[in-house]
Amino acid sequence: MYGLVASGLSLIFGVLRIINFAHGAVMMLGMYTSYWLFVLLGLDPYLSIVITGPLFFAIGLLIQRVVIEPNRHAAEHNQLLLTLGVALFFENLALVLWQGDFRTVRTSYSGASFLVADVLVEVPRLVAAAGAVLIALGLWGFLRTTDVGKAIRALSEEPEGARLVGVNVSRIRGVAFGIGSACVAVAGALVTPFFYIAPDVGESFNIMAFVVVVLGGMGNFFGALAGGFIVGLAESLGAAFLPGSLKQLVVFGLFVIVLLLRPEGLFGTRRGR
Amino acid sequence: MVARLALLLVAAALVALPPLLPKYALEVLISIMFFGYLGACWNILGGYGGQFSFGHAAFFGLGAYTSTLLFLHWGITPWLGMLAGGVLAAAFGLFAGYLSFRYGLRGPYFSLVTLAFAEMLRVVAVNWKAVGSSLGLVVPNRGSAPALFLFAEKLPYYYVIFTMVVGALLITRAMERARMGYALAAIRENEDAAEAAGVDALSTKLAAMALSSFLTALGGTFYAQYFAYIDPSLTFGTAISIGGLLPAIVGGAGTVAGPLLGSFVLTPISELTRAVLRGRAGADIMLYGLVLILVISFLPNGLVGWIRGRRAAGVRA
Amino acid sequence: MTATGLEVRGLTKRFGGLVAVSRFNLTVAPGEIVGLIGPNGAGKTTVFHLVAGFYPPTEGSIIFEGTSLVGLKPHAICRLGLARTFQLVQPFAGLTTLENVMVGAFNRAPDVAEARRRAAEIVEFVGLGPRRDVPARHLTLPDRKRLEVARGLATEPRLLLLDEVMSGLNPTEIEAIIGLIRRIHARGVSLLIIEHVMRAILALSHRLVVLHHGEKIADGPPASVARDPVVIEAYLGESGEAAAR
Repeated sequence: MYGLVASGLSLIFGVLRIINFAHGAVMMLGMYTSYWLFVLLGLDPYLSIVITGPLFFAIGLLIQRVVIEPNRHAAEHNQLLLTLGVALFFENLALVLWQGDFRTVRTSYSGASFLVADVLVEVPRLVAAAGAVLIALGLWGFLRTTDVGKAIRALSEEPEGARLVGVNVSRIRGVAFGIGSACVAVAGALVTPFFYIAPDVGESFNIMAFVVVVLGGMGNFFGALAGGFIVGLAESLGAAFLPGSLKQLVVFGLFVIVLLLRPEGLFGTRRGR
Repeated sequence: MVARLALLLVAAALVALPPLLPKYALEVLISIMFFGYLGACWNILGGYGGQFSFGHAAFFGLGAYTSTLLFLHWGITPWLGMLAGGVLAAAFGLFAGYLSFRYGLRGPYFSLVTLAFAEMLRVVAVNWKAVGSSLGLVVPNRGSAPALFLFAEKLPYYYVIFTMVVGALLITRAMERARMGYALAAIRENEDAAEAAGVDALSTKLAAMALSSFLTALGGTFYAQYFAYIDPSLTFGTAISIGGLLPAIVGGAGTVAGPLLGSFVLTPISELTRAVLRGRAGADIMLYGLVLILVISFLPNGLVGWIRGRRAAGVRA
Repeated sequence: MTATGLEVRGLTKRFGGLVAVSRFNLTVAPGEIVGLIGPNGAGKTTVFHLVAGFYPPTEGSIIFEGTSLVGLKPHAICRLGLARTFQLVQPFAGLTTLENVMVGAFNRAPDVAEARRRAAEIVEFVGLGPRRDVPARHLTLPDRKRLEVARGLATEPRLLLLDEVMSGLNPTEIEAIIGLIRRIHARGVSLLIIEHVMRAILALSHRLVVLHHGEKIADGPPASVARDPVVIEAYLGESGEAAAR
């Protein structure tokens, strides 16, 4: 799960070279969308992906166009602050519109689970994980085969070269952001059957996504997936041994250690200073 | 000359007027000063040093908890506890700073690491019974006890935070003109070139970090004494980290007056929104997000930068 | 202990499988002007990075006035009296010319007032007097080059490393820089200069060292090095241009 969120983030970083703080907020919005679609239209969250995905692609594109693109020559830290601004805006918009109470989506299979060996496997989580993997594979295929995908990869590896061969830079940047946002919104939808929904939910996923991306290497797609796996594992291990929310410490500790020892991530390539 | 006179007038007003203000206005003014103070502290490392910390709440919380715990368990006056908190925060700042700078973390990576550190402290606090975990700590208010940093009225609190802000701004100004100011500016502009010119980047950044964290912690103690209640999410949360960062950016990072100016603009907006949209929590921060986007897009050097720009272009600000 | 200048022995730098500099020996005696030349990509700037502490050497020793520089951070090396400029000028864009130079002056000056005084003197010396209070980002390229040199000079070095300080300048500006370098030398500063403008480096240097594919292929007075067939071959073989303009 973390992997999907993180790959979206990684994509955005790779192409736009900014760290998108608003990522978590978009996920949160994805979750709310899913929720409302379910409550108002009785639409199953998994099916709603069909709506959520494209919707947030458009929203992401919009954000990129309106907020980020005009400022793309600004100092790096200012761009960071821009995404922070977007995040703050969305998170609190949600707070204003929908209050801070938790909501949940309960579907017929929300509580379903089965035993594999001695391990309890919850159906919703399994579906989410499977969905994540599927989407990730689809994304990978997209990046590899389609023109747009190749353009994105070109832009993230060699901005100048890409421009020279006629890649429409600003359009691709928008598309990348859109895809990244769609990914994360879909992740949100996948997660709704078993996770609570609240405006601040984006924040914790945000941080986790950052950890994953740093772990896997900024801009490295597979690294993000692998990183997601590692983080999920670390968190579970932490949960097994430590009480309460302390398990997050394990992940944070890992984060700090990786940042210190291998800032380019476990799979990343060093990109100068 | 006009500017200096205006400054004097404003300062005089800020000293003389408060006793005459209605209660609510005084509260807002205290808020303004408080966030101006946090902004000024953040500014030392962020604005001047160019190291944007997103986790200054770490120091704030350390200050708040240290002085409060010392007070609750050993009856030590928060005036002293404040200093102890500051020292602890500075030590933590040096630790975190050393780890970060030594390994060459710059820009967004540094921001993320500081965020992580603040989060870690928050999680620790939530799970630690001895510091009250998520229930927090209450500062017993037995009425007026100035020696214990407790006042029955709001007015004395105002003068305390006002003094703190002025102090922070004076320290910032002194630093700006001293060797350290030049060194920080050089590092901020181009760290490699600075090193080549003989500037010890690591030491300088650590010094800025220590100063910034020490001062921020003092703010934490003020908060504890003023609101008489602290808990992990209030003190270690992103609200504080951002609350300090925003005024500095909006007002003008890397300038002396920026943070306070920024706070004068932002805090009333926040209060106003809260008053108008009663019960709609979060609307003020939503506006903050919008303001941040607007400021970065149109006034990247903050208000002070904008004013200076207008002056330089020969237009009367 | 008398000042012994710079002594580099067996300097080698490997980046993964790539050998950038190989068993490089170099000396710069006090009062010398040594030119470091070679075709593009020969490793000259890498040598500067190694000497000035920006890269750690894979092998070899670097001794400046009796002290080993290996493992020291750049600012410490600057403290010891060795300063460098960058090939791509790196001004502190938001600071004025004077403030830029002051940063360098702090290397030796005990306080702000003294730093300002010394910086002002250097600013005049390099000819940037009229631009004293101009923000560096508004300076033209030739002025930025002077600023780069001024900042290095303000650290009061005994050895100054200049990296292609004349690139991008027209002939008049080049003449001016040649004059500036001579005046710097007259102040008692030794110089190690990387340059591609051949007539300038031939005119200025007491000695030329030629680097090719990371290895030294010649070391001697300009006149003989310029005629050295190995050197000519290196230049002609690489770029197809005549070595001497």
